[in-house]
Amino acid sequence: MDWQSVEFAYERPAALGGPPVLHPVVVVGAGPVGLALALDLAQRLQPAGQRVLLLDNDHRLSTGSRAICFAKRTLEIFDRLGVGQPLVDAGVSWNVGRVFFGSEPVYAFDLLPEPGHQRPAFINLQQYAVEGELVQRALAQANLDIRWKHQVCGLTPLTDHVALEVDTPDGRYTLHAQHLAACDGSRSTLRSLMGLETTGRVFQDRFLIADVHIDGELFEAGRSERWFWFDPPFHPGQSVLLHRQPEGVWRIDFQLGWQTDPEAEKRPEAIIPRVQALLRQGFGRDVPFRLVWASVYTFACQRMQRFRHGRVFFAGDAAHGVSPFGARGANSGVQDADNLAWKLAAVLQDQVRGAQAERLLDSYASEREFAADENLLNSTRATDFITPKSEISRLFRAATLQLARQHPFARRLVNSGRLSVPATLDGSPLSTPDAETDAEAWPAALRPGAPALDAPLLKNGQPTWLLQELHALAGTAVLLVIGPAPAWPCPVPVLAVDGDTLADVQGLLAQRYAGGTQATGQVGAAYLLRPDAHVAARWREPSAAAVQAALQRMLGGD
Amino acid sequence: MHSPTPIAPIAPMANQLADPDAFYQALLDTHQGLSLQQSHALNARLVLILANQVGDLNRLQTALRAARDSADDQPTEDTP
Repeated sequence: MDWQSVEFAYERPAALGGPPVLHPVVVVGAGPVGLALALDLAQRLQPAGQRVLLLDNDHRLSTGSRAICFAKRTLEIFDRLGVGQPLVDAGVSWNVGRVFFGSEPVYAFDLLPEPGHQRPAFINLQQYAVEGELVQRALAQANLDIRWKHQVCGLTPLTDHVALEVDTPDGRYTLHAQHLAACDGSRSTLRSLMGLETTGRVFQDRFLIADVHIDGELFEAGRSERWFWFDPPFHPGQSVLLHRQPEGVWRIDFQLGWQTDPEAEKRPEAIIPRVQALLRQGFGRDVPFRLVWASVYTFACQRMQRFRHGRVFFAGDAAHGVSPFGARGANSGVQDADNLAWKLAAVLQDQVRGAQAERLLDSYASEREFAADENLLNSTRATDFITPKSEISRLFRAATLQLARQHPFARRLVNSGRLSVPATLDGSPLSTPDAETDAEAWPAALRPGAPALDAPLLKNGQPTWLLQELHALAGTAVLLVIGPAPAWPCPVPVLAVDGDTLADVQGLLAQRYAGGTQATGQVGAAYLLRPDAHVAARWREPSAAAVQAALQRMLGGD
Repeated sequence: MHSPTPIAPIAPMANQLADPDAFYQALLDTHQGLSLQQSHALNARLVLILANQVGDLNRLQTALRAARDSADDQPTEDTP
């Protein structure tokens, strides 16, 4: 599929010249975040027949590869949205990162060292290919309208809706939105129209991204890894990052330093010798290649102070920006969408009302601001390591890399980017803390606020995955029980892994969720999982009253 | 220049830091705004303070050797 040449049809809006139409929810920006959010909302609102409107100021997918690393958690969200498998099929799966100092390998890290997960730690796939799959899925939703070439140019927050002025090739019209999601990127128009800003640190460094088609393999057959060099002989004094993309394309990031001319560095005559040097000195190859796409960028680690402003919600790069080391941009944005969609759907479907609805919507902001801070911290630390800002930090980095050749402790200090893992929403108002009586016996990785971990299961003797079974329940809250289903009526669907229909034959579910094995006795557990598959509460022996109370809290109850 | 007595190489040292990234950031934050000379002086004080925290001379000697062994700029020996 040649996604880069696809154009979507602009249609003259029916509302042009007529009275403003009120929409329950409007999403602005058809990038990965806006598309994921609109698709998620449409799938959740479909039974009630409510419609979702997605506006984009362009009529094409993103130009150039841009984001290329999509993390396990993002793939699991995409699985729930129905696009996970085609993306995994199209992408390059990888788990291992390798770090070099000079020309010597220093160490390797495995981001998914344990078996028993359906999805890899990462796939590499061009952003436009991800957007293309999401658009195809979105176009198949009867209750989702995408309007291309619709540029928001005015925004007025009112008591019970937001009024939007929209420019189209045929003129300007007004529409009203009960709820508005701004997913319009780092230079968000909606943020500017509301007079809001994003603040943080801007880094004084420049990086060249070159996507290069290479005839031939660089890695051993079948191997796909993330390679990172500090001070390689082919690019002395700077760092270089290499990723494999599908179809013979490789992503190379060259650190350039601040004192370089971005315009000059973008020219093929500047890029080609750099790639040649990498191929000759890094791989001993003199193979033909051609440039696919290149860009010179600087970056900032920053965020908006608040992600919710009344009826307007900010998500993705519009709300927060990070450096690219760690693949935390698009991945955190998709997590924003995952967090917001079920809450907006619950409010729009009148499952929650009044002050409770406000608290539920506020929790989008508090949870994702917390997650953004975690991303910013990791991203800032990686950037400080990659771009030392003083003589002494350069000296410490060199010392760390020298020690890392021999000493494992120093490898833990080397920071070529801490790669995206989903935030555990510690302290969330929607979570019910563990009962103190057995708090210590619980696995910490699945504490309240944590995203559900996958595990292999058998369903009627056929292999399946825990997350697949959750997704089959259409993204509702679920009571996952390791053991027999409760005898009392449960207010949410029950997924009982009791060894009958569903069986934990490898014991990994019990190990991950109950924290034990048959031998240690810690095998029983029940988890209330939110519609976004984060843990809301857990018990050894749940009661109907305890589940009901935790469910109310999960929905913003007092 | 004297040549060090040949001794067995230092065993790889496992990580004992609870939060390596947080430590590294705290270390660099401590140097924030200092001149290079001031930073070297701070490092010297820090080595002495940490040595006192370790206390045990055998462990300190292992650390001293590990630091010396990992350097890129080993003193060249005059081969007879």
